[in-house]
Amino acid sequence: MGAQLRVYKRRIRSVSATKKITKAMEMIAASRVVKAQRKVAASTPYATELTRAVTAVATGSNTKHPLTTEAENPTRAAVLLLTSDRGLAGAFNANAIKAAEKLTEKLEAEGKEVVNFIVGRRGVAHYNFRERRIAESFTGFTDDPSYADAKKVAAPLIEAIETETAEGGVDELHIVYTEFVSMMTQTATEARLLPLSLDEVAEEAKPAKGEILPLFDFEPSAEDVLDALLPRYVESRIYNALLQSAASKHAATRRAMKSATDNAGELIETLTRLANQARQAEITQEISEIVGGASALADATAGSDR
Amino acid sequence: MAAELHVALVAADREVWSGQATLVVARTTSGDIGVMPGHQPLLGVLESGPVTIRTSEGGTVVAAVHGGFISFADDKLSLLAEVAELSDEIDVQRAERELERAKAEDDAEAQRRADVRLRAATAAR
Repeated sequence: MGAQLRVYKRRIRSVSATKKITKAMEMIAASRVVKAQRKVAASTPYATELTRAVTAVATGSNTKHPLTTEAENPTRAAVLLLTSDRGLAGAFNANAIKAAEKLTEKLEAEGKEVVNFIVGRRGVAHYNFRERRIAESFTGFTDDPSYADAKKVAAPLIEAIETETAEGGVDELHIVYTEFVSMMTQTATEARLLPLSLDEVAEEAKPAKGEILPLFDFEPSAEDVLDALLPRYVESRIYNALLQSAASKHAATRRAMKSATDNAGELIETLTRLANQARQAEITQEISEIVGGASALADATAGSDR
Repeated sequence: MAAELHVALVAADREVWSGQATLVVARTTSGDIGVMPGHQPLLGVLESGPVTIRTSEGGTVVAAVHGGFISFADDKLSLLAEVAELSDEIDVQRAERELERAKAEDDAEAQRRADVRLRAATAAR
């Protein structure tokens, strides 16, 4: 076998092995997307009910709560960025990080200091490499987040927002995550969790046409209810974002792995063609060598006969 | 209209129970409260404790709820809890073991959780 042909054969073997791996990863990711989607769906009733309740208190009472009122001149904002622990997901992490950076720029232009909270090893690595300060980071659960994980993430954020700004607290809480729109589309989005913008909440839990929100009786009091409600609301929003981000990550991985598999297939095809060509060239060369040799021999014998 | 209310008991990661009921008894921070159809709209903070739902078929559903909210409007009642378990999902022996362990380790939180589970399980019987 010629040297050229051997090189092609070896490359085909290596690409086929890679293709098998990416194919397997694609299928794993596909099954995980379904699971993650199911978790998003399972968490929806709680989130909707909670949003309804928050809307009810916020619109149904005149209570002024630090978590719903805007600070007069906010000076510090917390940004929670959700990335994944592992890569191989196309532009998934890059997009989330880019969105966070855009938000950071915007907030800084408004004269606010940004405090970073990061979920996922990829985001942490990105910020560490650029030597940016991270207030707190969380890793190890991005593939399959539980409610306990969401609580763990929410705790320092709620604490920060409840602390006075002068004592190191924050005035605003933003979250950047990847919204799961469909299997094919996931978009990096940013949202302000706190202070609650009532229009936005009301938009989400908009009562059916003609229905007015009832006047609630608060037990024990509107302030206490709001006090208890808002942390849960933040937790549930973060939980939802974590789940969506996980589903998006798996969908992105699936897509990245699918195109990797397709590319490997194409590469194998091209390489096979080249290998065939090399083999054919080798054969042609051999034949012409034989023919050339034979005719040289024939010429030589013919010459001696004369 | 038949005197019924629609109850949804939802935990953070799943819907635990939903259906029609005639009476729901839960414990809020200011005391036990019973909600029947036609009750005034209500929003309250729940204590950890058992919640009793009398279904319209005459049965009783008891669930252990670890903190959360009760909200009622338009004959729709929702019980929101971070963690909620139906009484028949509760493993009594495990809860008892946990109670023992929590007592030994002086873990008030775990002790409270195990206690609520046990109370819900016994109330259902």
